[in-house]
Amino acid sequence: MTKQYTPGTHPDLPPPTRTRGPIAWMRLNLFSSPLNALLTILSVWLLWLIVPGIMEWIALDSIWTASDRKDCWAQMNEPRDGACWAFIKSSFQLFLFGWYPEDLRWRPMLCFLLFLIAVVGILKDDLPGKRYWLWYAVAFPFIATWLLIGGFGLTPVPTTKFGGILLTLIVGIASLSFSLPIGILLALGRRSKLPALRTVCVLFIEFIRGVPLITLLFVASTMLMYFLPPGSTFDILMRVLIMVTLFASAYIAEVVRGGLQGLSSGQYEAADSLGLNYWRAHQLIILPQALKISIPGIINTFIGAFKDSTLVIIIGMMDILGLGRARLNDPEWLGLAPELYIFVSLFFFICCFSMARYSLSLEKRLATEHKQ
Amino acid sequence: MASDISHTTSDKTSEIESSGTIISIDQMHKWFDDFHVLKDINLEVRRGERIVICGPSGSGKSTLIRCINRLEQHQQGNIVVDGTELTHDLKNIEIIRSEVGMVFQQFNLFPHLTVLENVCLAPIWVRKMPKIEAEEAAMQYLERVQIPEQAHKFPGQLSGGQQQRVAIARALCMKPKIMLFDEPTSALDPEMIKEVLDVMIELAESGMTMLVVTHEMGFATRVAHRVIFMDGGEIIEQNTPTDFFENPQHDRTKLFLSQILHH
Ligand SMILES: Nc1ncnc2c1ncn2[C@@H]1O[C@H](COP(=O)(O)OP(=O)(O)OP(=O)(O)O)[C@@H](O)[C@H]1O
Ligand SMILES: [Mg+2]
Repeated sequence: MTKQYTPGTHPDLPPPTRTRGPIAWMRLNLFSSPLNALLTILSVWLLWLIVPGIMEWIALDSIWTASDRKDCWAQMNEPRDGACWAFIKSSFQLFLFGWYPEDLRWRPMLCFLLFLIAVVGILKDDLPGKRYWLWYAVAFPFIATWLLIGGFGLTPVPTTKFGGILLTLIVGIASLSFSLPIGILLALGRRSKLPALRTVCVLFIEFIRGVPLITLLFVASTMLMYFLPPGSTFDILMRVLIMVTLFASAYIAEVVRGGLQGLSSGQYEAADSLGLNYWRAHQLIILPQALKISIPGIINTFIGAFKDSTLVIIIGMMDILGLGRARLNDPEWLGLAPELYIFVSLFFFICCFSMARYSLSLEKRLATEHKQ
Repeated sequence: MASDISHTTSDKTSEIESSGTIISIDQMHKWFDDFHVLKDINLEVRRGERIVICGPSGSGKSTLIRCINRLEQHQQGNIVVDGTELTHDLKNIEIIRSEVGMVFQQFNLFPHLTVLENVCLAPIWVRKMPKIEAEEAAMQYLERVQIPEQAHKFPGQLSGGQQQRVAIARALCMKPKIMLFDEPTSALDPEMIKEVLDVMIELAESGMTMLVVTHEMGFATRVAHRVIFMDGGEIIEQNTPTDFFENPQHDRTKLFLSQILHH
């Protein structure tokens, strides 16, 4: 029974409920039910309590130039009212390079630049002369080693002088990039038809996964000496790199194995039936698909292993965390732990977050390319 | 389906009678663990011969043709393909595989590669053909299976019938001497079966040696020189299509035919 209007006399209808714009968004996401509304209000209240204080401490009331912590606090209304970033600033060079000789620090910096170029060369698909980029990426570890430790015309720098972010990045980058190929080989070995090879791979993977990384590092720092011929010196950094690499590769192997199992046997059979041999089939057919499935797991392992590399402080290596903690004992900067840990966390967060973002973008790109 | 059987090409057999043997399987047995799948298989295939293999599910049809390119390994007897014996020798296996094309029920295209890349992959990496040449050849085969316009799509974007035709082009691009088909139309919707069968018929007419596992009896009648019936891992009966369908000898064959023809 709708009321009839003569044309032109219909009263205006109320405007339709908005479905776009900030108000509609809030209605949809923040106030969709009484409980939701209550939670929203509660959260806003909590943020209101916490955020201003933190912001003041981190930014507004923070001090950037001071000679020591007393000086820092003297500049504040009340001691510890704000963050004393002067601590980080004054130690920044140390945090970056450790005790790497100051006049030679261009070498790690150049190394880092070359590293970025190598990363771009590997990750970007459509570069002209892609093959030469890949050759460069293969050569990079050797160039980097030469630049960092010297010799062959460069002043030698003992690895004991490495420290801070430099050391963290060396351990992280080297072990992660070597762990991927080794992990892939282990995964293939574990699925091999040759019983001996399979057994070796299974034992290796299960042993490494079953032992804490710290134990492996202790082995690297002490016991390995017993196995080497007497009198030989085997650089401690090298030993640590090997251990972290093996550790990460065992995890990568299992992630990749998961990816391999995700492929249907039809893919292997099609590759076989075309006459592709084992390695070609894996290079062209099996691994591209298996690795694509494994990306989230691989990056997850990378992030975990990168953070675990801080454990090297246990055996006395001064990575960014170790160096920072040592610096905290310095009487000048005693007790500035929050500043230090925020800085270190920020460093790790930036590294890990960029890996995570890259993995997401890679997944997205491959997903559209290989639309099912 | 039964009506198709009436147009039989009567003198198909004469053309290949004189040609030499290309596959010879002699007293071959195969076990899966202690399950005896193939029992005393003896089969000679002549150059240019087209054989249709049928039989109930689980009778070992797939296993038999998969033994020919060593996707399955036989334990007893010999298989000689175009003069090369199948042994543990990887070299021989690779030679045979590059001469024997295979088309699967589930297509098994490579989903991460485009249609064109799927087709020219093996010529490039196995035959070491230059990329440009391989792509040209691939395009020719895509034209032959009538989907050149899909060359730059990914397999997942094609219909089942189109995917199966890509799979055929992929196998053909290796210029194989023998083509094996394992129920190539069983995973397809009815309206796509014809487009795939048409391609196979065209291939048959070009003189390719073909072993086809299928229950498409119309296809068998039209192109096969010989129909082989398998049951329980044995070749029970083989005959020309006309005799096979009109005058089956064995009770099991009769039962099987009555089951597939009357439904
Ligand atoms: N890898 C395997 N391991 C063990 N048994 C197998 C294996 N593959 C096949 N079989 C068995 O061997 C027998 C023959 O299988 P096959 O696939 O050759 O039959 P088919 O005639 O092709 O049947 P279908 O019409 O269902 O495809 C079946 O009983 C099957 O269960
Ligand atoms: Mg089968």
